[in-house]
Amino acid sequence: MLKFDAVSMRYPEVGDVLRNVSFHLEKGEIAFLTGHSGAGKSTLFKLIAMMESTKRGKITFSDYNLGNVKPNQIPFIRRKMGLIFQDYKLLNDRTVFDNVALPLIIMGYSYNEISRRVRAALDKVGLLGKEKKYPLTLSGGEQQRVGIARAVVNKPLMILADEPTGNLDPELSAEIMYLFEQFKQIGVTVLIASHDISLISQLNHRLLTLEHGNLITGGENYESRI
Amino acid sequence: MNHESKYTPKYKNNNRIIEAKKNTKQTSLVGGDFSDRLRAYRDLHAHALFSSLGRLIASRLNAALTIIVLAISISLACGFYLLIQNVQQLTSDLESSNQISLFLRDDVSLASANRLANGIKLDPSVQAVKVITKEQALKEFEDFSGFGEAVRALEKNPLPIVLQVIPKNSLEDGQNIETLVENFKQAAEVDFAQLDMQWVKRLQLIIEVGQRSVALMGILLSFAVLFITGNTIRLELHNRRDEIVIAKLVGATNSFVQRPFLYSGFWIGFFSGISAWFIVTIMMLILKQPIEKLALLYNSGFHLLFLGFLESIGLIIVSSLLGIVGSWVVVRLQLQQLKV
Repeated sequence: MLKFDAVSMRYPEVGDVLRNVSFHLEKGEIAFLTGHSGAGKSTLFKLIAMMESTKRGKITFSDYNLGNVKPNQIPFIRRKMGLIFQDYKLLNDRTVFDNVALPLIIMGYSYNEISRRVRAALDKVGLLGKEKKYPLTLSGGEQQRVGIARAVVNKPLMILADEPTGNLDPELSAEIMYLFEQFKQIGVTVLIASHDISLISQLNHRLLTLEHGNLITGGENYESRI
Repeated sequence: MNHESKYTPKYKNNNRIIEAKKNTKQTSLVGGDFSDRLRAYRDLHAHALFSSLGRLIASRLNAALTIIVLAISISLACGFYLLIQNVQQLTSDLESSNQISLFLRDDVSLASANRLANGIKLDPSVQAVKVITKEQALKEFEDFSGFGEAVRALEKNPLPIVLQVIPKNSLEDGQNIETLVENFKQAAEVDFAQLDMQWVKRLQLIIEVGQRSVALMGILLSFAVLFITGNTIRLELHNRRDEIVIAKLVGATNSFVQRPFLYSGFWIGFFSGISAWFIVTIMMLILKQPIEKLALLYNSGFHLLFLGFLESIGLIIVSSLLGIVGSWVVVRLQLQQLKV
């Protein structure tokens, strides 16, 4: 589903942020991505979300080589990913319903279909009944769940979550992790960037650890490449 | 969560469909049949149309300022256009003739005038000669000049006998006519010769210059409209940057992102066109009375021309189009710069 093959990334101002990163996530696999800040987590995310690109190494998502997609292809590939952000990235002047509906509106679904799917997604994250509220009237955890509902509403092949439990208490974090487990059950690949060591250690998933741009656990052929 | 059963199976099902169709065509991902999708597309446009109008109304002051500036620019162009149209109307009944008028000396009798006319008729380059007696000239002057009363008050007819010479059509060339006129001037009976064509030509040239200036000004002001709309849209884009980034991250195409801005541009242009129409019409209404009074004093049947129906529609269409183009250019440029 997602494959990194000797990917390196260098910012001219900073230097190397990723060095020779290789890993492969199967369909329906959950993995945590961890590492101290500045280790390259967000760069890795940006590469997958095609907000950045690199010529060094090869990133494959589904059938696409993300290194050489045409700009006009990017929106259609992004529709197969569900992105969840640490700062939620919600539209604060739109209702919860409109926020969750956004990917479906973009994809041109009919109103009835949108309405049905948005309700289903909100139900899934336990926010049914809050469709008409505005994000800023909700708690941090609720806003995060709106973000999750938006990420899954168009049934992506992969969920990419950047610190999804960063602002949540342990109980809510566990609930959200449970949600991700459910997506895994139906074949969705989930990659979660997290600092939350206690959470990660509770759940026995694959762990990708980045350190100074090197993938030190969970990668492929790490020893042979160093 | 007991709702799971409702949600999950469909999810699974759809996943399989998505994976089965591996081409990245939007249509392969969209649920529902064709008419559903068509309806969704229409809804999308309708939503963009009205939400952009709503935003325009919400930003009252900004939108009003832009529209006023645009309306003034457009009405300037339209005003000059109407001015030229009206002047042209004044001159449209003036034929562009090559007629030469020979004004004879006051002491020349009708008989010798006729003799001269017959002599001129023999010239191979002359098509016709017409003698206008003093009395005919006076009558014509009374009828057409508007100074009839004044002339009637004179004791003696001050007008000379005039020979109207129409050269052969082959003499269209200015040079040949000039030599003909010079020849006529040599005759002892002729006081002075005037080529009517000259002043008609001059007037026509002046009007042509005016028309060109209006066209140039129109182009210049169109660019002003383009840039002013563009700048307004740029500000709106800036204010809604986060929204654009989010939409792009969840898979919005550039056309999806730019659609509401194109509609904003349309509304700005549309309202500017309508405002400009009102400005021009009100200005013309203010000028109408004094101008028609003036025309009456000259016994002229002159009627002030306003913007016609088609011209008004054209004005609104052109200004709306300029709004759309202005915002299109800006949104395209800005989206290219936006790295998402």
